[in-house]
Amino acid sequence: ASAQFQLAVPIAVVFAPGSVPGDLPRPLPFRDVQEMEISVNLRTTVTSRYETVYRSTTAQEEAALEAATAGEADAALHPLQDALLGSLTMYVVPETSSLLPQGISVYVGKHRSALVRAEGGLAALRIRLQELAQVMSFTASSITAALSDRVPDGQLGPDARRHLKSSLGYEITFSLLNPDPKSHAVEWDIEDAVNRYVQPVLDKLSLVANFSVDSQILYYAVLGVTPRFDKESSSFLLSAHSLPHVINPVEARLGSSAASLYPVLNFLLYVPERSHSPLYIQDKDGAPVSTNAFHSPRWGGIMVYNVEAPASPQASLPLRVDVDMVRVMEVFLAQLRLLFGLSREELPPKFLLESPGNEGLTDWELDRLLWAHTVENIATVSTTLTSLAQLLDKIGNIVIKDDVASEVYRAVAAAQNAMAELAAGHLHLAFQASKEAVTSSERAFFDPSLLHLLYFPDDQKFAIYIPLFLPMAVPILLSLAKIVREARQRKKEPTKMD
Amino acid sequence: SHIVLMLADDMACNPRNPKPATVFSHKNMELNVYGDDVEVDYRSYEVTVENFLRVLTGRIPPSTPRSKRLLSDDRSNILIYMTGHGGNGFLKFQDSEEITNVELADAFEQMWQKRRYNELLFIIDTCQGASMYERFYSPNIMALASSQVGEDSLSHQPDLGIGVHLMDRYTFYVLEFLEEIHPASQTNMNDLFQVCPKSLCVSTPGHRTDLFQRDPQNVLITDFFGSVRKVEITTETISLDRGLGGFESKLPKDELATEPLKYAEQLPVAQIIHQKPKQKDWHPPGGFILGLWALIIMVFFKTYGIKHMKHIF
Repeated sequence: ASAQFQLAVPIAVVFAPGSVPGDLPRPLPFRDVQEMEISVNLRTTVTSRYETVYRSTTAQEEAALEAATAGEADAALHPLQDALLGSLTMYVVPETSSLLPQGISVYVGKHRSALVRAEGGLAALRIRLQELAQVMSFTASSITAALSDRVPDGQLGPDARRHLKSSLGYEITFSLLNPDPKSHAVEWDIEDAVNRYVQPVLDKLSLVANFSVDSQILYYAVLGVTPRFDKESSSFLLSAHSLPHVINPVEARLGSSAASLYPVLNFLLYVPERSHSPLYIQDKDGAPVSTNAFHSPRWGGIMVYNVEAPASPQASLPLRVDVDMVRVMEVFLAQLRLLFGLSREELPPKFLLESPGNEGLTDWELDRLLWAHTVENIATVSTTLTSLAQLLDKIGNIVIKDDVASEVYRAVAAAQNAMAELAAGHLHLAFQASKEAVTSSERAFFDPSLLHLLYFPDDQKFAIYIPLFLPMAVPILLSLAKIVREARQRKKEPTKMD
Repeated sequence: SHIVLMLADDMACNPRNPKPATVFSHKNMELNVYGDDVEVDYRSYEVTVENFLRVLTGRIPPSTPRSKRLLSDDRSNILIYMTGHGGNGFLKFQDSEEITNVELADAFEQMWQKRRYNELLFIIDTCQGASMYERFYSPNIMALASSQVGEDSLSHQPDLGIGVHLMDRYTFYVLEFLEEIHPASQTNMNDLFQVCPKSLCVSTPGHRTDLFQRDPQNVLITDFFGSVRKVEITTETISLDRGLGGFESKLPKDELATEPLKYAEQLPVAQIIHQKPKQKDWHPPGGFILGLWALIIMVFFKTYGIKHMKHIF
């Protein structure tokens, strides 16, 4: 199905006093629109429009920019913006300003604004702004990854389809694996950790999907891979190429909620047996991994938690182990971010990103997710409805129930609405509309009544009906022929007799 | 990985099975294929063509639990293995239904439209099995069959103790081949195509790879069997502020000292054991006994006559 996406990003570029470049085309304030096209395949194109407003600072903003550090300035500027989802504000500060540390040209804050150092003229500034807009909203690769099933094979790398697919909800399960309960009595205060550290992140992500969290403890659950003993470090090592075999043996025991159909993200904390402690994960170069954890795209993550050997060898077993939940959650939440595709790599040079703190992700990272998910949702709706239409063309006698029909109409209306909102730059409304469209289209496509079972090949039809009707038809046809012959004779006779 | 198993399941616990709850692959009883970790999701009357197509296409009633669904996405490799009685273009389900190769091909196309699989491996062990994969037209499908059109697939040896043939030849040799594969194995699909040549199988196994995009030489067996996952080392962490707390959700735990609970006496056994036997009172015989005796006496006198009474008494 062909789709032309128009993604509009409203940007405001605010010049602090002393930072206005000399070569502005028009006096402030003025508007500007830049368009860029990303062509995904022959029939799908994505046009991004950066609708930029250039203006100078207000008095309040100037006061906020007087702060000592960039972080404080960002916090002071936040209440002054009416930042809608998807919009960006970039403050240009003078080249000599001390807000940005040495060597850093761009500082990206926790919300939807950034501070840019005015270096060079307008052209250099425009390039910086372009890079910044791409970091904070979407890049060609993030949009193509969202539209991955439309990209011709071979163009996408093999790892491009590894982020979680857009879904209405996700289930997160935290599991503690204790293979050696005789030696380690492991206690983890997971409820407190979830309330303190995980819930703020999930609250931030609640716009994207519904999350449900559960936890469990599994005893005598082993990894399925035997670690090697390394004499030099007197520890056990799990090499990188044995990690792919770890997940399957343990997965059967993990379980999941029978009722929900949402994708499950499993986070496992493994406390190695006393005889295999300490256990370290090696990366490809043989160095131990600092986090001692690994993750699998679209599945979840596993972290190995080593227990220190007791001071005296006579210590009574089982040893009580109180898990340091902060250390564990730092890794698990980082893995959660990676599973969603929010990584902080591949930044342009001289960029500094503010850390999101306990919220887990910044506002502009949430926007990135929303852009990708909205585009993915609309593309999915389009593909689903097209294939439903093709199915109906092919199999003429499927009956479409009224509620399936109304779901289809709803899906089409919502998808059109979403496209319109995207073109207008209203990311929040576009995302809601796209979610509604996907729900309706999935309900219509996967309706149980659409299963068409009976397949009558033509040769079977002949084989059944001909032996039945041919013998009956022979006398009928012969008598019809006789009637016709007699009628013709009767017509001829009167003329003959005359 | 997730397994959806559909079995008529009338063999392992069949009353005529002298080795109950087991299904061995050979009479030497080495490999029990119906072991502890086998979970049957659809059994006996639930195994119908309709349910099978519903599982594949996802058009399942909303009340179906997770374990009975195929929750796959565009990165899932799916293995479908079917066996039973079949013919040219069909496979029998439960002695009453058939699934045709056209229906199967359409179901796979529906799966492809919704990107419910990345690659699909289809193995079928029936008579004339190759006819089942002739009609596939969706990309990324590789198919293997135990016999060509016009040939029968034969079963392996019988177990005379049980009285039936235990396994089909093709399945037996494929199982033997797969038991040798471990998760790190580099064996590829071309080796699987060579399993069970005509000398062992009597029928000619066939395969179809034209719809598959990768070269079978480069496809590892473990891509479909053995579930080797893509993993990445986690190199990032986020920094959490230890002090920030959530709401105070911990309720104060008051432990009240309570009396130890006693289990109430359910049955006064002591009283029953030491009970004296109840004295039965005498009752005169009831109507039935009286009637029965009256009948016996009447018959006696009818037979022998009244006058013989004095000779008897």
